[in-house]
Amino acid sequence: MMLMTRRDFLKAGTAAGALASVHGCAGMGKASGHVVVVGGGYGGATVAKYLRLWSEGGVQVTLIERQTVFISCPMSNLVIGGTRTMDDLTVSYDGLKNTWGVRLIQDDVLAVDPAKRRLRLAKGGDLSYDRVVLSPGIDFMWNEIPGLDNAAAQASILHAWKAGPQTVALRQQLEDMKNGGVYVLSIPRAPYRCPPGPYERACLVADYFKHSKPKSKVIILDANEDVVSKKGLFTKAWSDLYTNIIDYRPNSEVRDVDARSKTAVLEFDKVKADVLNVVPPQRAGDVAAQSGIKLLNDRWVEINWLSMESTSTPGVHVLGDAIFPAPTMPKSGHIANQHGKLAAAAILKLLAGDAPNPTPVLMNTCYSFVDARNAIHIAAVYQYDAATRSVQPVPGAGGVSAARNESEGKIAVGWAKNIWADMLV
Amino acid sequence: MNVFPPVAALALLAATGLAQAADAHLPRDLAATCANCHGTNGKAVPGAGLDALNGMEKAKTLQKLADFKSGVKPASIMHQIVKGYTDEQLDLIATYFAAQK
Repeated sequence: MMLMTRRDFLKAGTAAGALASVHGCAGMGKASGHVVVVGGGYGGATVAKYLRLWSEGGVQVTLIERQTVFISCPMSNLVIGGTRTMDDLTVSYDGLKNTWGVRLIQDDVLAVDPAKRRLRLAKGGDLSYDRVVLSPGIDFMWNEIPGLDNAAAQASILHAWKAGPQTVALRQQLEDMKNGGVYVLSIPRAPYRCPPGPYERACLVADYFKHSKPKSKVIILDANEDVVSKKGLFTKAWSDLYTNIIDYRPNSEVRDVDARSKTAVLEFDKVKADVLNVVPPQRAGDVAAQSGIKLLNDRWVEINWLSMESTSTPGVHVLGDAIFPAPTMPKSGHIANQHGKLAAAAILKLLAGDAPNPTPVLMNTCYSFVDARNAIHIAAVYQYDAATRSVQPVPGAGGVSAARNESEGKIAVGWAKNIWADMLV
Repeated sequence: MNVFPPVAALALLAATGLAQAADAHLPRDLAATCANCHGTNGKAVPGAGLDALNGMEKAKTLQKLADFKSGVKPASIMHQIVKGYTDEQLDLIATYFAAQK
């Protein structure tokens, strides 16, 4: 990728500067201006809709998204398990465009210049903004697994940790696998996107094997010392439902792979697979690093919890999986949606010249399926704490399901329909 | 002179109740944390199995929430979520949803 110097950026900006309209910050407590949102996932779609809803159309919103449709990561393990299709995960952006008047640009962002409040699009042209919201999700740290750091290896050893073509391709690999084959799933050290997601995936692949390829095995290579999320509920599902199928191995960090033989390389061991599914270590999506934001540990964006604004770079708000989370806060679609609302409320205040709400609240709910019908949940509520300048989980609130149950399997589907409508319809 | 106690009390009020009351959007922002499951402004997707909250009488919503909190009303998840909000916040949320069409 071409790296743009600041001078190049400014030069180009002068030429294209006329393209973007200039909005001042109106007084009288009414927000106006132009907000550009980068990334139309759970966080970005939500902030785009809520900026329009809550400003009653007073703030212009442009959403830049590289895909033509929204495809949900939550529920995508059901496609890998074979009980749902990609259509079930797909929602159009037409609601944002037609109902809410969000301007949609299908493109990629090459760089953001926070000093000039301007960003550059891959297909050409610059956009200026009053505030920008980055909701870029995650990108992978391929260099941590050298054998996967090339396109050929990545085409055969899938992550399927961004819903889309990889989801379909992983399903196809499982269908093509012989009865008696071994599916190996590797989990990176936390934090990573969707803490319960890998364990759910193991369950749903095991459920598929149980019914269709009963001699097959699932090996989970977990870099963590124990199950990261919903431990009791997952381990009970494994012993009740998949006792001869799932082999869980903690402290098993995949250091490398041999792509040709589909072998995972651990510190002292090698595990050969028929289908090798590596979820690599992750960091904030590329555009965060291309926006001059300082990343914590070169990975995550530190934000101000009253506004979701980057602590290093004023005017740039960051949502979702890309941020350095509050204590116990997962990288989930649900919480990204909540970040989007917090940011929308704060940005409207800031554009109107007011201070953001000093007492924001966030809540999280994650459902995981342990077979095609039964689900389990984890929930938490976070209140702002001035002493730590962070949101903190409320003690005594939240928790997990008492046991897996079909009722929550139905609620999980209802959750998906409602949150997608809350973001996009 | 008995000046300090009232001043201190005022300062305390300003730091808590008044500061919250000053933000006209607080009820809206709090209610938005429910929308992931119960729909934007409480308008749940019909037929998806989750309760719509828009237009619900405030006292009814508050009673339901209190019953989740005490455990009188059985729930899969709401008994855990409701405990994360203060009674004042639940009141603001119930007021907001009652006013939604």
